[in-house]
Amino acid sequence: MFTIEQLNAIRAEYAPKVEMRHGHGHFVDAGDGIRKNVLICGGTGCTSSGSMDIRDALVTELKLAGIEDEIKVVTTGCFGLCALGPIMIVYPEGTFYSKVTADDMHEIVTEHLVGGEPVRHLLYKETVKGDEILALDQTPFYAKQKRVALRNCGVIDPECINEYIAVDGYQALAKVLTEMTPDSVIQTILDSGIRGRGGAGFPTGKKWTFAKDQPAGKKYVVCNADEGDPGAFMDRSVLEGDPHAVLEAMAIAGFAIGADEGYIYVRAEYPIAVHRLEIAIKQAEEIGVLGENIFGTGFNFKVTLRLGAGAFVCGEETALLTSIEGNRGEPRPRPPFPAVKGLFGKPTIINNVETLANIAQIILKGADWFASMGTERSKGTKVFALGGKIENTGLVEIPMGTTLREVVEEIGGGVPNGKHFKAAQTGGPSGGCIPAHLIDTPIDYDNLTAIGSMMGSGGLIVMDEDTCMVDIAKFFLEFTVDESCGKCVPCRVGTMRLLEILEKITSGNGTLADIDKLEELSKYISSASLCALGQTAPNPVLSTLRYFRDEYIAHVTDKTCPAHVCKELMRYQIDATKCKGCTACARKCPVGAITGGIRQPHTIDAEKCIKCGVCISTCKFDAIVKA
Amino acid sequence: MKKKLTTVAFTETKEQADKLDALIAKYKNVGGNLMPVLQGAQDIYGYLPLEVQKKIAIGLDVSVSEVYGVASFYSQFSFNPKGKVSIAVCLGTACYVKGSGKLHEKCMEITGIGAGDISPDGRFSYDATRCIGACGLAPVMTVNGDVYGRITPADVDGIIAKYL
Amino acid sequence: METVTVKINGREYEVPAGIKIIDAARIAKIDIPTLCYLKDVNEIGACRLCLVEVKGARGLMAACVTTVSDGMEIWTNTPRVVESRKTNLELILSTHKKECLSCIRSNSCELQKLCRDLGVTDENRFEGKNNEYEKDESTAFLVRDNNKCILCRRCVAACQNMQGIGAIETINRGFDACVGSAFEQPLAATSCISCGQCIVACPVGALYEKDDTDKVWDAINDPTKHVAICTAPSIRATIGECFGFEPGVDTEGKMVAALKRLGFDGVYDMNLTADLTIMEEATEFLERVKEGKNLPLITSCSPGWIKYCEHYFPEFTDNLSTCKSPQQMFGAMYKTYYAARRGLDPADIVFVSAIPCTAKKFEVRRPGQSAVGSGIYDVDYAITTRELARMIEKAGVRYKDLDDEEFDKPFDIGSGAGAIFGATGGVMEAALRTAAEVILNKPLEKLEFEDVRGTAPIKTATYKLGDMEVRVAVASGTKNAKELLNKVKSGELKVDFIEIMACPGGCVNGGGQPVQSAATKAAVNLKEKRASILYNADSKMALRKSHENLAVQKLYDEFLEKPGSHKAHEILHTHYIKRGL
Repeated sequence: MFTIEQLNAIRAEYAPKVEMRHGHGHFVDAGDGIRKNVLICGGTGCTSSGSMDIRDALVTELKLAGIEDEIKVVTTGCFGLCALGPIMIVYPEGTFYSKVTADDMHEIVTEHLVGGEPVRHLLYKETVKGDEILALDQTPFYAKQKRVALRNCGVIDPECINEYIAVDGYQALAKVLTEMTPDSVIQTILDSGIRGRGGAGFPTGKKWTFAKDQPAGKKYVVCNADEGDPGAFMDRSVLEGDPHAVLEAMAIAGFAIGADEGYIYVRAEYPIAVHRLEIAIKQAEEIGVLGENIFGTGFNFKVTLRLGAGAFVCGEETALLTSIEGNRGEPRPRPPFPAVKGLFGKPTIINNVETLANIAQIILKGADWFASMGTERSKGTKVFALGGKIENTGLVEIPMGTTLREVVEEIGGGVPNGKHFKAAQTGGPSGGCIPAHLIDTPIDYDNLTAIGSMMGSGGLIVMDEDTCMVDIAKFFLEFTVDESCGKCVPCRVGTMRLLEILEKITSGNGTLADIDKLEELSKYISSASLCALGQTAPNPVLSTLRYFRDEYIAHVTDKTCPAHVCKELMRYQIDATKCKGCTACARKCPVGAITGGIRQPHTIDAEKCIKCGVCISTCKFDAIVKA
Repeated sequence: MKKKLTTVAFTETKEQADKLDALIAKYKNVGGNLMPVLQGAQDIYGYLPLEVQKKIAIGLDVSVSEVYGVASFYSQFSFNPKGKVSIAVCLGTACYVKGSGKLHEKCMEITGIGAGDISPDGRFSYDATRCIGACGLAPVMTVNGDVYGRITPADVDGIIAKYL
Repeated sequence: METVTVKINGREYEVPAGIKIIDAARIAKIDIPTLCYLKDVNEIGACRLCLVEVKGARGLMAACVTTVSDGMEIWTNTPRVVESRKTNLELILSTHKKECLSCIRSNSCELQKLCRDLGVTDENRFEGKNNEYEKDESTAFLVRDNNKCILCRRCVAACQNMQGIGAIETINRGFDACVGSAFEQPLAATSCISCGQCIVACPVGALYEKDDTDKVWDAINDPTKHVAICTAPSIRATIGECFGFEPGVDTEGKMVAALKRLGFDGVYDMNLTADLTIMEEATEFLERVKEGKNLPLITSCSPGWIKYCEHYFPEFTDNLSTCKSPQQMFGAMYKTYYAARRGLDPADIVFVSAIPCTAKKFEVRRPGQSAVGSGIYDVDYAITTRELARMIEKAGVRYKDLDDEEFDKPFDIGSGAGAIFGATGGVMEAALRTAAEVILNKPLEKLEFEDVRGTAPIKTATYKLGDMEVRVAVASGTKNAKELLNKVKSGELKVDFIEIMACPGGCVNGGGQPVQSAATKAAVNLKEKRASILYNADSKMALRKSHENLAVQKLYDEFLEKPGSHKAHEILHTHYIKRGL
């Protein structure tokens, strides 16, 4: 049997080994001869740009240099700055290399790891300030962040349970099993004010209470790791970077509600996360923090991994349960809620990955600590996946209540190419847009709902003036139509008809009556659909109608697309004052739509033009414009 | 969503058949066993032909249409084998924004088949996938599992040629 | 019984605790519109037509799946609710092939009724793109037209949950979801048993029997043909429903009167050959007991059950009685014995059976169903209750106004028993009456074998007949049959004689019976109502034992020699196929 004393012994042994990675710049001697740690991101983004080859090259170079016993190479989870991958960081100094290649390893080893001089041209540019080299947490991208759920991502080796234990892993589980009662655990979670990070924001403590109040017997804890919102990948990062945090939290939840079994339902599209979870479960079972009689307290808890198979709707909790049960992932009506009748008909709580990643911290640091972050009704932090027209794409974790402006302009580094912020979409296909005039809105559950969007799982897509809001609504509707399970009429048929109306509008065939119909149908689908997917599917339409109605009207009355996106409503024109008559565009045009003599201004025959855009990229004088 | 059905005749090795039997036996009495068995079977055969689904149905004592109902619901299950050259283009948001739609068209042109299909000679199979997580490399295509990122339609011919 | 108080549209009602809003509304004499709901079979909340307002609830609630609670305030008819239902119907119509004038379900279509009730005025309001499907006409008994399907999934639930078969399932996803079989194979390639329960579950015209009435009309209109029809026991119990009678009204006399107006050369009651079946089957049973072979004996009257057994329990095909079903026996006797007696060429006889069953359309073309041989089938056409009603309608017969008439004498001899065949347990009871008296060699004091009556899914009983203990079991519905047979297979249940009918409740609830709406099915126990007619008829009959039927005796004396004779085997028995899955 694994005891708390053994747990503490592991912590004592491994804590010094990871200590130098906390970015404080000072060396900690763990007595193992290691003087530096090199962390390489092994998240999905960096892995697919070759970070594992880079690691191998690094190890080879270290051997060639004869310092393989002095430098520890650690494969970690995601650091957050995915656009800069592959990423590598050297501790204790915390120098941050971005977009490295295998060929760079020789230089980094000889110059930096042997010579002690960072290779400046390979450093992330934001960390180079004149002669000074900043640590990562001093850059604008990290400075405003507060890492709770992501605290171990990019710090520990997720495939080594000892490193997790080194950073207080499984201490929270030890605490609840030996010092707390199920009621006091739930009270702590209630007091912390944490709400579900998966979308709707239901208070986690309440959910646990409902399940606990069911008569004793078989109950389940389910972790929803079916992150399907396109553009959101925080759950993946947690699973890849800190899988034990999720396992520990599930066991705590199991203790709280009286469950001895848990399921993790994870997207099959996340092979690295699946792999790390498999390793983590195996390691946890081996040492005994999962399994029978944990810490000798008589508490049993086992975790089974189940893979999704490509269905967005399975992120909806009842559909997820149906899928685990081996059926078509179709939602069931609620009530009965899963807390009463869930997996295999038994009381079940379903928590999202990011929610669970907070639990152990809440237990260890207390409800007050957690509740001290955030706003009145939204406590703690939230992870967002920043994407779209923004300089720093990647993962950021911010305290609730941070304004959208801070996220976009400071952390995100603003909109690139001198363009302007037009709107941000939160909540993915279930959410809505936040227009520029609301950029100072503090981000929390209630504010986002009030302005017609939602927190969702945390995708945050930034749009500039080149984004057509009708087209964006159409894009999300295409997604929902594709992902509708097809069970209920409003969603199966209604969303298709919504999409058709949007297609009609973006192709220039819409009427004002279509806009009314769009609105009416959207409201119907919201109120009549069986599950949250259908109920929220019209949100992108409703919110763009709310804030950008004039764009819809331009499409139907003026037959123009103000952002010049909708092909059918756009014309290519040649500015006669800029055209030099070089004939380059006319020669490239695949349909012969451009005519004009040498050194004479050319013209485009709109009838023939197929709007392929070849002429624009050919013209050296910026004489061709969209209108 | 509707999947392409295969026109390729089913063949299996003894090893595959044994593996499937073992898989079914392993999950026979496990709650919610259909999904893991389908996933395992797809790993064994590369796809889920009728013959395999029938065997699963009989093994798990469910109807074959129920098995098919589940298999046809999830986009990861394929009813077509993979070709010798298995090509996929990511049509996730990040890749789409960066022009993967044009890669998609180009691949269909080169292979002469649509997404989810296999060419009659078994040479090519082509898929349009959802986000594969390589957003930093967008737009991305994969050939036999190798990732090619930040590419243009003009690169596609050369990439595929490497596998012929 | 625990009750709760709910308010429906402002009025208070005390209703049983734990029931659904839709059932509570029925107590308040309000029908909430539904399409996907089929009580106890399909309760999935998918069509969203039954949405109601519940005070305090965030959105509209589905009445078919939401349980009432004490103090609940429900509004079933507010403008918001009505508007929602109307939009819902308009969306459904946008995917539905609207051939309403020529549709087989015109007038009995639940979608059509709801559109009328809710005042849908623009059937094309949400017109848009649609999937096109090929009609599946691969089987002998059914047409499946997905272009009319509204994806309520009642058929899937009937096939899967109720019958435990799963020949069809919802396949694909989203807008492409449809009802189909694995790999979209035609139904004929699946292990569908032709029971037709999907048809009677369908609210619209997406599923219907293959109509053979034109062929029957052609035969009637052909002066060279001798066309006879015989009606199965349970038809009299249901056909009235097609002409506006409430379920549970016996209109045998009117049915006979109507048939005689259609131009048949003979209108017969199948009861006689039901008795003949019992004679053969009881004899077969006693022989098998004597030889200790192929027991338990399992009845063979239900062709859906036969096909089920061949597909799913091929190891039990040797246990099946080799007796043809009553309809086949009638046709066989008609084309042999009766043709000879009347000097008719069997090739000129068109023998039609009117049956409550779609599987009979499959049965008539099975191998081993031709006593005459040379491609002459025992029965030429099997038409369902619904088809028979359509023939009567087409001929303009005023059914309700008809005076009762009597069947023609089959084979020119007096009639007999066999009425209870149409209800589950009926065959068993009839066989027991005969077997018992053969064993005991004296008349029974009490003829009712109550334990095998009723609509319970599986019934078992043990009867002591002299020195012999006969252990019997009765199941209706193939899902129950599966449970029963698995118990027999495992040795958990020891029985000698099993009656199985493919349809839950037996033939009265057959797949060829009149279609009733989900609302009617929720309010009325159709199986019981319909079966009661048969048991009433049985109890009033003077002749209630097959072996005492003089007509049957005469058939043996003049033609068949004795039950189980070589001759009887040639004419009245058949064989089976081990189909597997």
